[in-house]
Amino acid sequence: MLAYTLRRLWQFIPTLAGVVLLVFFLFNWVGGDPAYLLAGKISNPATIENIRRQLGVDQPYWVQLWIFVRQILSGDFGVSWNTNETVANIFRTRLGPSLTVLVPLLAISTLLAMAAAMLVAYVRGSLTDRAVMVTCTVAQSVSILVYILVFQYVLAYQLGWFPVQGWGVTFADNLFRYAVLAIIVGVAVSLAPDIRLYRTFFLDEINQDYVRTARAKGLSERRVMWVHVLRNAAIPIVTNILLQLPGLLAGAFLIERFFGIPGIGREVILAVERSDFPIIKAVTVYVAVTTMVVNLAADLLYKAIDPRVQLK
Amino acid sequence: MKETGVWMLAWRRFKRDRLGVVSLLVVIVYAAVMLAAASGLIVPDWGNEAGVSFAPPTFLGPEEESPQLASMADGSQPLADYGIADPLAPDLAEIAKSLSGSASGSEARALTLPLGGDKWGRDVLKKAVKGTQTSLFIGLAAAALAAFMGTLFGALAGYRGGKVDDFFNWLYSVFTSIPYLLLVLAIAAVVNSKGVLPVILILGLTGWTGIFRLVRAEYMKHKVREYVMAADAIGASDSRRMFIHILPNVSHVVLVQLSLHVVLFIKSEVVLTFLGFGVGVETVSWGSMLAEAGSELLLGKWWQLTAATVFMALLVTAFSLFTDAMRDALDPRLK
Repeated sequence: MLAYTLRRLWQFIPTLAGVVLLVFFLFNWVGGDPAYLLAGKISNPATIENIRRQLGVDQPYWVQLWIFVRQILSGDFGVSWNTNETVANIFRTRLGPSLTVLVPLLAISTLLAMAAAMLVAYVRGSLTDRAVMVTCTVAQSVSILVYILVFQYVLAYQLGWFPVQGWGVTFADNLFRYAVLAIIVGVAVSLAPDIRLYRTFFLDEINQDYVRTARAKGLSERRVMWVHVLRNAAIPIVTNILLQLPGLLAGAFLIERFFGIPGIGREVILAVERSDFPIIKAVTVYVAVTTMVVNLAADLLYKAIDPRVQLK
Repeated sequence: MKETGVWMLAWRRFKRDRLGVVSLLVVIVYAAVMLAAASGLIVPDWGNEAGVSFAPPTFLGPEEESPQLASMADGSQPLADYGIADPLAPDLAEIAKSLSGSASGSEARALTLPLGGDKWGRDVLKKAVKGTQTSLFIGLAAAALAAFMGTLFGALAGYRGGKVDDFFNWLYSVFTSIPYLLLVLAIAAVVNSKGVLPVILILGLTGWTGIFRLVRAEYMKHKVREYVMAADAIGASDSRRMFIHILPNVSHVVLVQLSLHVVLFIKSEVVLTFLGFGVGVETVSWGSMLAEAGSELLLGKWWQLTAATVFMALLVTAFSLFTDAMRDALDPRLK
């Protein structure tokens, strides 16, 4: 196990190097000269030259790459090109709101999806099963934008049950007032794909021999489903959630943007809109690292839950 | 006796799936609409301001306008105050008329449109049809690009093994360690140009990873099979074995993945365009319609949102059901 972990950590290096190269290639080569972007509309050659020197883009590419690598290793990506806030500070302050939405969202959607998936897997092939599956397919085919627009319009704007958007000061105020509608929308969006996926996990388990054995022993259906099947199906479900996590952190940008939640996702969108390269570079690299660590954690967890799994 | 080919067998299995056949028909209708719109056979005039601003759908009937505006548009004289005729009245009426009519003033604007109008009075139905062309084409083209790259890389990596495999696996791990939408946004930020082609390139160049992994696994499985060895024995070259012998045997995997990716890319295009990194303002897509619909909803104009949603949901649902049916038909062992 330790040898495996060390080997995987060792493999991080080439992957991370690849991510760094990709990001560097995108932003320092494809992205063009940022000095013109920064200098604004009214600029003279001297200003541009100054900015170029400050950013180091007047150096040869290998020096620029070295600057970038140093930034990653030190965690100091400098300041945002727009607000002059340090990138590190942006991350520190935006993580909390993101998690305030994300954690309850994941917990609620997972529990609901697991319950529904177990039910339809149990009655597989029946009318209920097919109806739920078709409903899920249709629900999945509606863009996430429509969910957000309609929920926000009906529940917040027309009925006034929730604030249309905004963010408060205290944690309780945020969680129970501002984040609620965002969480509801998030659950509504993720329910359909989750049910479909978890249903296949449950079906895989229901067809196993041990289930037949458990039934042959005379165990109640309730015990077979809730204890035997659920525990085994929970393994891929938990892994799946872990693997989704980094993507969700940056990917909740639509929800964060619409509901005015000052999280990481909204920061990414703002950065892309304003061509704020330091922030995008930092987010990409850090999310990539998080993804790799979480992948490793998921594999180790898999092994811990199911000792039969062979780690190669 | 003529032998029944594997594709014929698959088609027979497919035909038995009624839901699959219906969804295939829907997809074909959409594809026909796309081609017709692209060639200008239908809706060449989608950009015309055919109706009044926010003309409601026909089944709702025309909106009641404020009487004063209506009378000005009619060109009738406004009430002559103090008994003095307004010397500018005819000119004002003329201006009001040309403002409410089309820019040239040659044609009258409709008060209602089949599925309503947008802010500029453009026909929402025509926009949705034209948007079908853009969105479906982007989905198909980006999926084709992704499938091409994924298949080529997967074939090379799985067949060659060794250093080549290591290289493509490394590329795969780099691309998958960045969440898909974040990668798409990062590239969109850098490319910073709008239009159909940039969107296709962005989506296609980032979306090949899933196909690569599956195709690679298939090639690793197939390259040690007897028929490939037999091909080797009669002197078939590597590339011939890879693409003439093995590829037809793994093409069902590619086909199903291609279909899945069309759906994924249609959805991604909508989000990208909505955020302002997709097709430009002169092009209409479902994403650009939804982008307008957000502020329209606040005014109570719900028809553009509904039209774009229904058009998109119908296609995506049909495409997903068709993909499921196709997978079942191509791989009968799965059930």
